[in-house]
Amino acid sequence: MSTDTLQELTRRPYEAGFVTAVESDTFPPGLSEDVIRQLSEKKGEPAFLLEWRLKAFRHWLTMKEPTWQAVKYAPIDYQAISYYSAPRQKPKKGSLDEVDPEILRTYEKLGIPLHEQKLLQNVAVDAVFDSVSVATTFKDKLAKAGVIFCSFSEAVREHPELVKKYLGSVVPYSDNFFAALNSAVFSDGSFVYIPKGVRCPMELSTYFRINAAETGQFERTLIVADEGSYVSYLEGCTAPQRDTNQLHAAVVELVALDGATIKYSTVQNWYPGDAEGRGGIYNFVTKRGIAHRGSRISWTQVETGSAITWKYPSVILKGDDSVGEFYSVALTNNLQQADTGTKMVHIGKNTRSTIVSKGISAGRGQNTYRGLVKVLKSAENARNYTQCDSLLLGDKCGAHTVPYIEVKNASAQVEHEASTSKIGEDQLFYCRQRGISQEDAVSMIVNGFCRQVFKELPMEFAVEAQKLLGVSLEGSVG
Amino acid sequence: MALLTVRNLHARVAGKDILKGIDLEVRPGEVHAIMGPNGSGKSTLASVLAGRDGYEVTQGEVLFDGKPLLELSPEERATAGVFLAFQYPVEIPGVGNLHFLRTALNAQRRVRGLEELDAMDFLQLAKEKSKLVKLDTAFMNRSVNEGFSGGEKKRNEVFQMAVLEPRLAILDETDSGLDIDALRTVAGGVNALRSPERGMVLITHYQRLLDYIVPDKVHVMAAGRIIRSGGRELALELEEKGYGWLGLKDGASTAVAAKGGEVRR
Repeated sequence: MSTDTLQELTRRPYEAGFVTAVESDTFPPGLSEDVIRQLSEKKGEPAFLLEWRLKAFRHWLTMKEPTWQAVKYAPIDYQAISYYSAPRQKPKKGSLDEVDPEILRTYEKLGIPLHEQKLLQNVAVDAVFDSVSVATTFKDKLAKAGVIFCSFSEAVREHPELVKKYLGSVVPYSDNFFAALNSAVFSDGSFVYIPKGVRCPMELSTYFRINAAETGQFERTLIVADEGSYVSYLEGCTAPQRDTNQLHAAVVELVALDGATIKYSTVQNWYPGDAEGRGGIYNFVTKRGIAHRGSRISWTQVETGSAITWKYPSVILKGDDSVGEFYSVALTNNLQQADTGTKMVHIGKNTRSTIVSKGISAGRGQNTYRGLVKVLKSAENARNYTQCDSLLLGDKCGAHTVPYIEVKNASAQVEHEASTSKIGEDQLFYCRQRGISQEDAVSMIVNGFCRQVFKELPMEFAVEAQKLLGVSLEGSVG
Repeated sequence: MALLTVRNLHARVAGKDILKGIDLEVRPGEVHAIMGPNGSGKSTLASVLAGRDGYEVTQGEVLFDGKPLLELSPEERATAGVFLAFQYPVEIPGVGNLHFLRTALNAQRRVRGLEELDAMDFLQLAKEKSKLVKLDTAFMNRSVNEGFSGGEKKRNEVFQMAVLEPRLAILDETDSGLDIDALRTVAGGVNALRSPERGMVLITHYQRLLDYIVPDKVHVMAAGRIIRSGGRELALELEEKGYGWLGLKDGASTAVAAKGGEVRR
């Protein structure tokens, strides 16, 4: 098959690109201490949080945007962004009946019905629309197990002691430029607390939707898994199709206390921009977990959207015998750019980490894996296994692998394997000769390439991810 | 009516003329063997019939069931009933063998307006067909051809053919790389699939395969043309006298073939 046909094949429409007509309460563009005070007041926040935001903001002013990543974009005017947008509705909904039906319909259209009777069995959803959480489902059932799953704002009101204790404990506000910005202006997000020894009875899920134009989405997720507990958490994201770029700078902090397990899965499908590279989300996200003794943190991500993806979900393996995992599929098509990977920092003894990264580049997409494996002196018998595979569709795209390995303990074992392959014309012809259409063949080969990662996703989401990947590569054939 | 009619077929690859006027007619139920030295154009003929990219037909026509074949895409040809058993079956990592085959079968059934087979019915069918080439189910769940031995790959090709039930099967050097036991197994599978409705074209360098799959007709190809056609006795004569008998040069002698040697281009 010719390269042209492959290019043709990788064109497709973005299905979540519609805009919902809701009245919203949006700040005028601009960022200052006053804006942050207003935001904090609007949310009725305690003093400690306002102070923290202001400290972050002042620190942010001293920082420079990072330039080491292999992505290109026009300078962002941070004064042209609105830092708060909320659908106008009654102060706080007691039930779903009070949520604007337009918003409920939006989620229905996206395939995420919020009415509990229609929900996927055993998945609780927190829906974040623009800057605020609009609904959290299955709260009662979770409460019975002692699990707290709510919007970040609600956590600030109802569980300030937990928020105060853990906020910024994994990603301090001074961590990096985008994390500092997020710390100053974050408007909502999800909060999870799993008590000691509790196995969370269902999958928890947050669905992020950017709707308003010219706004940034700055959500913050904090998950604390107390000793010996287990939780599986999923996030999904979409945004309308717009000509201008929108900034999404989120922070996710995970705390796995002794013996706890956190599985964190992401299916990211932000609007990627059009075929000429107009519009699309800038997804600049900081995700990190801290793993205490004998605990396990597992990141699984399927990144198909966004104009630019800049994220490195990481694990600090602080406790002895802790485990960190990173399974990633990143697809770039058209003019999308992704610079993504992970950091595994081995501090405790017998710590283990596994990294499996699958990068797929199509169109003129650029895909970079950037990963750090750091073994500190204290990390006796640390083990790491890294596998980075890149798949190229066509000859105008690029794949890059940038591994950093720092080992300060001689007993450590660090393995790195990398491969780059082109989707074979032989493979396509073989499929087609058996009667499988070109599109289905590409989708099948790509899905096969990603299987190692998909099998880490919960069942329903693995199916979703496969479909998404199929759609992402679909287009009109010749 | 003939199942496959090839008339004055000329084709080139990368600017080089390879096929220089092929004529061939295969009727339902017939098994044709196409023999010839390396570089004579046998595999090119198979590729052109299956619709592989990069092969340019410059003259002539091909009719399948009386309808023009060359204007169809590879998948349309497959659905019409043309099956190619590959000389070098392709590996597809991460795609299960059975999943692949079920997708293929259902894609064909869909186009033909038949109901798709569900996983259970398909498994039943696959189990039954796999006996033909002695494949066990553990093998069927591995990734397509990944880590298969040469013999397993060829058995897998015949297994796929058994499931897809094509009207015309083209077997491109299915005997290459097989030891005698594997050759017997593969040949046994192919023989079981002979039927009055199905035509077969066996492409082979060696007579050896024809001891196990007895053809109705034998053609000898050289320099892009069929230079001689006959019955089974032609293959035997070729075995005895070598390609030199027809004034042809060949890097591998048939004597090597008799010992089970393999020659790759």
